[in-house]
Amino acid sequence: MTVPVKPEEPGTMASRSTLTPARAPHQDAPGGQQPGDGRVGGGLFDPGQLIRSLPDALRKLDPRVMVKSPVMFVVEVGSVLTTVFACTTPTDWFGWTIAAWLWLTVLFANLAEAVAEGRGKAQADTLRKAKTDTVARRLTDGAAERIPGTELRIGDLVVCEAGDIIPGDGDVVDGVASVDESAITGESAPVIRESGGDRCAVTGGTKVLSDRIVIKITTRPGETFIDRMINLVEGAARQKTPNEIALNILLASLTIIFLLAVVTLQPFAIYAGAEQPMIVLLALLVCLIPTTIGALLSAIGIAGMDRLVQRNVLAMSGRAVEAAGDVSTLLLDKTGTITLGNRQAAEFVPVRGTTEAEVADAAQLSSLADETPEGRSIVVLAKEKYGLRERHQGELTGAEWIPFTAQTRMSGVDIDGRKVRKGASGSVIAWVQERGGPVAEDARTLTDAISEAGGTPLLVALEDESGPRVLGVIHLKDVVKEGMRERFVELRRMGIKTVMITGDNPLTAKAIAEEAGVDDFLAEATPEDKMALIKREQAGGKLVAMTGDGTNDAPALAQADVGVAMNTGTSAAKEAGNMVDLDSNPTKLIEIVEIGKQLLITRGALTTFSIANDVAKYFAIIPAMFAVAYPGLDTLNIMRLSSPDSAILSAIIFNALVIVALVPLALKGVRYRPVSADRMLRRNLAVYGLGGLIAPFLGIKLIDLLLSLIPGIG
Amino acid sequence: MSPALAGVLQLTALAAALVLAYRPLGDYMAAVYGAPRHLRVEKVLYRCIGANPDAEMRWPAYLRGVLAFSAAGVLLLYLLQRVQGGLPLSLGFASISPDQAFNTAASFVTNTNWQSYSGEQAMGHVVQTAGLAVQNFVSAATGMAVAVALVRGFARSRTGELGNFWADLVRGTVRVLVPIAVLGALVLVACGAVQNFSGIHEVGQFMGGVQQTNGGAVASQEAIKELGTNGGGYFNANSAHPFENPNAFSNLFEIFLILVIPFALTRTFGKMVGNVKQGYAILATMAAVWLGFTALMMWSEFAHGGPALQAAGAAMEGKETRFGVGSSAIFSVATTLTSTGAVDAFHSSFTAFGGGLQLLGMMLGEIAPGGVGSGLYGMLVMAVIAVFLAGLMVGRTPEYLGKKIGTREIKLAACYLLITPTLVLGFTAASMVLPDALGSMLNTKALGAGPHGFSEVLYAFTSGANNNGSAFAGLNANTPWYNTTIGLAMLLGRFLPMVFVLALAGSLAEQQPVPETAGTLRTEKPLFAGLLVGTILIVTGLTYFPALALGPLAEGLS
Repeated sequence: MTVPVKPEEPGTMASRSTLTPARAPHQDAPGGQQPGDGRVGGGLFDPGQLIRSLPDALRKLDPRVMVKSPVMFVVEVGSVLTTVFACTTPTDWFGWTIAAWLWLTVLFANLAEAVAEGRGKAQADTLRKAKTDTVARRLTDGAAERIPGTELRIGDLVVCEAGDIIPGDGDVVDGVASVDESAITGESAPVIRESGGDRCAVTGGTKVLSDRIVIKITTRPGETFIDRMINLVEGAARQKTPNEIALNILLASLTIIFLLAVVTLQPFAIYAGAEQPMIVLLALLVCLIPTTIGALLSAIGIAGMDRLVQRNVLAMSGRAVEAAGDVSTLLLDKTGTITLGNRQAAEFVPVRGTTEAEVADAAQLSSLADETPEGRSIVVLAKEKYGLRERHQGELTGAEWIPFTAQTRMSGVDIDGRKVRKGASGSVIAWVQERGGPVAEDARTLTDAISEAGGTPLLVALEDESGPRVLGVIHLKDVVKEGMRERFVELRRMGIKTVMITGDNPLTAKAIAEEAGVDDFLAEATPEDKMALIKREQAGGKLVAMTGDGTNDAPALAQADVGVAMNTGTSAAKEAGNMVDLDSNPTKLIEIVEIGKQLLITRGALTTFSIANDVAKYFAIIPAMFAVAYPGLDTLNIMRLSSPDSAILSAIIFNALVIVALVPLALKGVRYRPVSADRMLRRNLAVYGLGGLIAPFLGIKLIDLLLSLIPGIG
Repeated sequence: MSPALAGVLQLTALAAALVLAYRPLGDYMAAVYGAPRHLRVEKVLYRCIGANPDAEMRWPAYLRGVLAFSAAGVLLLYLLQRVQGGLPLSLGFASISPDQAFNTAASFVTNTNWQSYSGEQAMGHVVQTAGLAVQNFVSAATGMAVAVALVRGFARSRTGELGNFWADLVRGTVRVLVPIAVLGALVLVACGAVQNFSGIHEVGQFMGGVQQTNGGAVASQEAIKELGTNGGGYFNANSAHPFENPNAFSNLFEIFLILVIPFALTRTFGKMVGNVKQGYAILATMAAVWLGFTALMMWSEFAHGGPALQAAGAAMEGKETRFGVGSSAIFSVATTLTSTGAVDAFHSSFTAFGGGLQLLGMMLGEIAPGGVGSGLYGMLVMAVIAVFLAGLMVGRTPEYLGKKIGTREIKLAACYLLITPTLVLGFTAASMVLPDALGSMLNTKALGAGPHGFSEVLYAFTSGANNNGSAFAGLNANTPWYNTTIGLAMLLGRFLPMVFVLALAGSLAEQQPVPETAGTLRTEKPLFAGLLVGTILIVTGLTYFPALALGPLAEGLS
């Protein structure tokens, strides 16, 4: 929403309300509250995807690709060496089996990445269909010439009429049209695009349904929004994020440590009189290096972006998704995010000498000609609370209706010699005084009280045989969306401060802020105020997220660490932000933060799991290697594995299978609940730390039991 | 009273004394390193070295100070030993050979105090007092200075400045180490430790034969040897020698001196970063490991597994009857969990598991509580690693004390982590294949003590690279191979980590702190301390498990 500079009067709301987009956010209920856990869970994992992604996984075996993931590159080198050693003793089934499982380990890692990418590819294909070659009608000196869409340059003017596909991204400079943007947003309801204001941006590939518009092209062909979207969902534009790089460094250094431990083991073993076959050492190495997280790391990143795409949010970089997890201040626009778009009548307050029912009756009568949402809400309140049946304009004969206009800021009716009026307090007082009527003293105190409580007072006046007078006050209130208060409590628990941005005066803003439970508010906000607030928070080391759609939001969107532009917004806003919400649902900011956190948690959890796994592998392999030289070391074989060969094989097989087992978790993300850092850490440490310590003991033992059934191993 | 009960009571008394000293000493050190004024004697010293103590240094400058000062120390100490033959008060000892002089110089400048010589048979008064004792002070002060610089990195924001190395060095020496060492020496003299410049006495022995023994400034050197976690004994028998460590009380007092500064530095850390609770969390981590190791060591020594020990009724081989099993166990854990390396018992004679614990203690990187300064910075680097892992699990880019642990920080911490395993495993592996190196083993495979011989070599390099200095004995380390490689291990194991610590400090100091919210990982909570203990044990365990399995485990489980 744009930021109104002045407090909103009902009249301005009325003229605005016709402009609200024709379509509601298509998935979220107001407040977006969905029950319980897994709120940011991803799509379901289809095992068939594994098979479909196999060709891609094989293609990724290219060492030039593998080297980007240091851990898996070491495994690939290990696989090659093992295969070579196996070739030197072709009759040794053990060497061949180890070689096969090492190759499978590499393949499983590639498969995880390929599956993650595959999901994006499907999306990209749909988008490509929208990107059919279009013919543009370029305006030159008033005359339209037909040229291919690919020859358009920035600044060209093109004309589009009903049925045309818009040839490129741009701003409407003339006309108004309804546009079908389902190619991008998946939402079939058309949207209005018109010149001037904040709804002028059109996207190439979308279709004009009615009317005629002139568009000024703002991007080069090949760099349009749809092109960028295709790149993003395909992962072609994927770059490693800062945290991913840091984690890769840690994993690489752990790999070096284990490489060192294994390389130096051979001289130790020679001294102990138990020289080890190279294949066994390679098996030990692969077991020790953090293959689980190394294999799944890029899949986790891709899946994180994908989870956003599934929510119709496009992140322009993985960095922005990561930053979302770190956000500590959320700037939320009041209208549409915290409150429902419009104010609603909450009560009728009579002045001294009148009754509530009288006020209700007059208010209803005078609002029948008011088509604004505020006017409608008065009629609804009168019906629900006072049982006044809604009278239709037609059934009252001889009535002269005075419709609501932004100029008079009043509506009403003249009927049977009675004149009833309702409207902004200033206008109604002026109307009464014009007619020489008194304005009841308590009318002012009542309106002041309502204003102070954050509401908007409307006065109801009546002129009949007893003369003109004020009857009472209608209390209009902003209605906070259901579930918002709970969400803000959750956010606070996650350590995120919420700031409500509104054009309202401070009194109104304060009341709504208190009702919604936000931590802070910025009243009478101008774009400059917003910018200053962001800079102030950032100076304190905080990361700020915000949503915006207007051109005047662009600087703030660019300044914020996470700037989510609404797809309905201007191209300037979309250009400035680092995410675009195709649904234009500002509440989604909260989900974006959760997805960012989930991405980081998944990485941390699987790293911890991977490292904790090593303990069990040592207990399997070290006794297998050295129990012959030092029989005492068989005590370390606490799993009582059946034979040295079986122990080493079981560890390798477990190591490979655990990757496949964890692919769904990597794609879906670790379950995330908004709780305090302490509770989250305790839970994740118990599940992935302790679990990672225990699980391989069980898994390796189980595989060993199965292997020992095969004759010749046990 | 049973020996076990006596051991527990001694441990309790020691812990109580450490608790009493913790706050005053920690607060005092924080005040010293933050003081705006200079003492008169310090001003004289600054003028002598030509340093401006008020100039703030960025990390490269700070590092240059550390390296230049230490290089000068190595050179001076080397020369002093090489010309010993011509020096007065040399007790007639000859100059030291080049490889041993290099080894000893490296050893004392790196706070290791590995000794491939016997003090009473090689070093005269001048080298001992003007060379070795001086390095005991300044090498310890250097470690503390680097730790303080890292703490400043956490405490400061949006500046690359880490303080002034010369000021930190001089203050650590003049205001912290010297006063406590003087008090410590007085206590030790009162207990009966010697302090003189007497020459060599020949004493006739009861069983015939003659024993040579000399005096020296022993008590004063003993005090700083323990206080500065140095460990280089005046005599070869180190703290088992009655001139150095006369009785059970002096023994306990020396353990106290070893532990008091490293533990108290966590308070200094908490004070300097403005949150003493953060210091308590680090303290809790150190204390948990220390107490756990001590308990295991006592259990292992009192249970004295093995047929010979069972027959003797106690694991008294190689232990002093003055101290007994309990006190020796406490001493050996304290000396290997810090970078001290002083011994009051023969480490090689501990039970196999006991020896394994000593090895593992050093392999942890000597961080519980670790050497003066080096323990704190080592622990903080481990905390950075733990925060990185755990921080991700709370859904934020990891941060510690408000500083983000990003690519640069994790790169530096990872490099730090790589150094000692590379040195220890690399040199040990080389020694296992070189015939010359193998020949130094007293317990070779041929003599039926394969794993023990391996443990001796592993211990030597672990001790050297971690700057501990204690020896498993049984290994003739005075050969060109061991003198040179252990010397290199000591130098690289001391100064490479300092390079990364100071770079890390510089990187942290430049950052703008992130304010703490409910979503921030609480690093002052017991949960984090537990996580830190787990990270340390798992990272070390995974690195050294194969080596430990072929050494102490193979021996102990047979």
